[in-house]
Amino acid sequence: MGDHHHGDHHHGPAKGIGRWLFTTNHKDIGTMYLWLSFAMFILGGTFAMIIRAELFQPGLQLVEPQFFNQMTTLHGLVMVFGAIMPSFVGLANWLIPMMIGAPDMALPRMNNWSFWILPPTFLLLASTLFMEGGAPAAGWTFYAPLSTTYAGPSVTYFIFCVHVLGLSSIMGSINIIATVMNMRAPGMTYMKMPLFVWTWLITAFLLVAVMPVLAGAVTMMLMDVHFGTSFFSAAGGGDPVLFQHIFWFFGHPEVYIIILPAFGVVSQIIPAFSRKPLFGYDSMVYATASIAFLSFIVWAHHMYTVGMPVAGELFFMYATMLIAVPTGVKVFNWVSTMWRGALSFETPMLFCIGFLVLFTIGGFTGLMLSIAPSDFQYHDSYFVVAHFHYVMVAGAVFSMTAAIYFWLPKWCGRMYNETMGKTHFWISFIGFNLTFFPQHFVGLAGMPRRIPDYALQFADFNMMSSIGAFIYGASQILFLYNVIATIVAGKPVSDKKVWDGAEGLEWTVATPAPYHTFETPPKIDPAHAHS
Amino acid sequence: MGFEAKQLWKLALGPALLLMSAIARAVGDDEVSDINIDPGATAIGHAVYDLHMVILIICVIIGILVFGVMFYSIIYHRKSRGVTPATFHESTKVEIAWTVVPFFILIAMAVPATSTLLNIYDNDTAELDVVITGYQWKWKYEYLSKDGENVSFFSQLRTPQSEIRNSEAKGEHYLLEVDEPLVLPVDTKVRFLVTANDVIHSWWVPRLSVKRDAIPGFINEVSTLPTKVGVYRGQCAELCGKNHGFMPIVVNVVSKEDYATWYNAKQAEAAQIKELMAKNFTLDELMVRGKTVYDSSCLACHGANGEGGLGKPIAGSPVATGDIKRHLDVGIKGVPGTAMQAFGAQLNDVDMAAVITYQRNAFGNNMGDMAQPIDVYNHKKG
Repeated sequence: MGDHHHGDHHHGPAKGIGRWLFTTNHKDIGTMYLWLSFAMFILGGTFAMIIRAELFQPGLQLVEPQFFNQMTTLHGLVMVFGAIMPSFVGLANWLIPMMIGAPDMALPRMNNWSFWILPPTFLLLASTLFMEGGAPAAGWTFYAPLSTTYAGPSVTYFIFCVHVLGLSSIMGSINIIATVMNMRAPGMTYMKMPLFVWTWLITAFLLVAVMPVLAGAVTMMLMDVHFGTSFFSAAGGGDPVLFQHIFWFFGHPEVYIIILPAFGVVSQIIPAFSRKPLFGYDSMVYATASIAFLSFIVWAHHMYTVGMPVAGELFFMYATMLIAVPTGVKVFNWVSTMWRGALSFETPMLFCIGFLVLFTIGGFTGLMLSIAPSDFQYHDSYFVVAHFHYVMVAGAVFSMTAAIYFWLPKWCGRMYNETMGKTHFWISFIGFNLTFFPQHFVGLAGMPRRIPDYALQFADFNMMSSIGAFIYGASQILFLYNVIATIVAGKPVSDKKVWDGAEGLEWTVATPAPYHTFETPPKIDPAHAHS
Repeated sequence: MGFEAKQLWKLALGPALLLMSAIARAVGDDEVSDINIDPGATAIGHAVYDLHMVILIICVIIGILVFGVMFYSIIYHRKSRGVTPATFHESTKVEIAWTVVPFFILIAMAVPATSTLLNIYDNDTAELDVVITGYQWKWKYEYLSKDGENVSFFSQLRTPQSEIRNSEAKGEHYLLEVDEPLVLPVDTKVRFLVTANDVIHSWWVPRLSVKRDAIPGFINEVSTLPTKVGVYRGQCAELCGKNHGFMPIVVNVVSKEDYATWYNAKQAEAAQIKELMAKNFTLDELMVRGKTVYDSSCLACHGANGEGGLGKPIAGSPVATGDIKRHLDVGIKGVPGTAMQAFGAQLNDVDMAAVITYQRNAFGNNMGDMAQPIDVYNHKKG
């Protein structure tokens, strides 16, 4: 990193496709991650539209039940592994070096590799739709033995995809850990790092810890399917419940892998538009670490109905309830940051407030779900579907959208159209709630999840839900248009800070951010608080 | 921080009470709620409902407080009002308070949650044991009898394809109706032993407050004590493949006398089947019985006139007009990798013999041969 190439350290990007294929530049790689994740968001969204279209009315209208199951499975997989996770990795690539005053990521070639193995993997995953027997259809949680003994031939491709996705995530997180630990500018102590960097550092450790566990689970599936083992088959002495334990030992930290960087984003944006420093920085860091720790000891709350001994149920119930404490701390801190600030409501702030309200609702339903005896009623119903869309969509996706509006002017030196941005927010907000709020009701009233057809008493709310989903889906086209219009022909901005309340090293470089930043480390004012 | 706590409390309580009463009204005694959990027909269901409501209301109150503060900020602390932002960014006292107070609220929630959970896990003193086995895509119920034959039968979706495919109007209990419901006596503690034959299913009847996974190789225990006569409907709750959405559950809770009558009739039927096993049927007898079996077990896929549909045609089929041994094989073991299931465990030997005979002699398949129960029995034994 330190050596000079022919004494020329102001070289710009290479020309043509080679720039993207061989790039080791964190900004280029970040950009590619973001575009890939948006493409996957549209693909996963298309699957969701098919699901909602089929559920518009009772009866089977558009698709066969087996295809419906393929849609729910691929929707979950593509959204989790293709849309949300890579989007935050893209954001990390763009921002972490700029936030800690580093010239690039610590391991730039691995960075290139961790991105470029993704597109072929998603192509392979999507191609299972056209294979004999269709795409995987056992849900994104692919419980054995439905996903092993009873699965179609495409399961083998699916297993390969999961392996490669895990590989990419592990490489990406090793890179982030190495960067944050070694490449901070002098004076940038851990407790001065922007919260986004903190949340990503913790997330990266979670990824390194649990991705191998998922790899283990799918490897055992592979053995069961092709090599005559019986890890998950009771007939051969194995244990189908073992699969769920392993899966959720990965799966619960996974949901925090998704939401922690979102916390980081919100913790950057709310102070900027409140024109007031983040309240309780230290407790934000400790709360994030506590949530990460707790995420390892709560996995079986996804499995209250498998018939665990009562002592196990109680342990996982208490541990899960505890998560409400650090999560509450975070929400209180955000609200206190706004308290007596000087608030303005540009699009990024609107999405953050949307996040704050809706994520908190998702947190409340999460607390309700943690209560084992009542979870026997909620489990595997639409109440759960509503809950995790409140945290995944209104949590992760809303904060990601806020992040794009917030940093896009910095990245490309052009301002997005504010009216269009605000319109996007309000349509999203209304569409989202129309889609998912009624799902609480049908879930409580007894509608199971993952069904292509339903009893008549659920009809009204499902129609409402479908209409909301179409509105929310359509609002993303506006978003795409706004982003492209900004990049191509947005009003130029040259102000380094872009937003008057923005704090942090990324706002000290020129706008648009040059191809190389911080080739010499910036000086950090020791008295200056974190941003 | 100067929250106007008293005002906020008033603000908070109003909507919370409104919501509570709205939800309470929505749950009448007899009609099923469209928007909330139904306490249903068991004491545990009521306890779970109360727990659910208490926690919901606590969440609503906290939510109103937090959002109240937030919206106060949004309204009064706007840049456009010309305010100067404060600069405070921590307060140890406040931060400790909002870490400790929620902890105690959680403890307050954990106490009733624990006692309710322990009640749910109490399966002692059950007076009746029923084994529930999940199959792709139907349920098998077996009453473990202390004397005489065990009563056992399959229960599957009764809603016709024509309603699902929208060519006929949907009935009142669309997708929540079965050919043969589970029958239970009222005021009797029933213990279910839940397992599965193929993949994982989950037996869920909301108004009996039971949801327990049916897992191949495991037997899960769960019990219920319904105190009201009535019909209780539910569905499979764990994704179990193609027809996961089409394996409903119906439970008839009846008076103890009605239950005894029903149970004795089922036992007599089981005994009768045993007797019939030894009987030599005439072709006509088999044809009459076979048509009934065909209509309930084969028609959905193979068509009313054996013309096929989801399944292959029976009329002129090489199986139904070929070697009878092969025909028995397909009926008993199914065709792996296709929608044709193994019916060997679902139909008794008399019904199997009848339906095989029927298929060979109806729809223009005039084979003239027949299978007797003893043939089915021997074929199963190999």
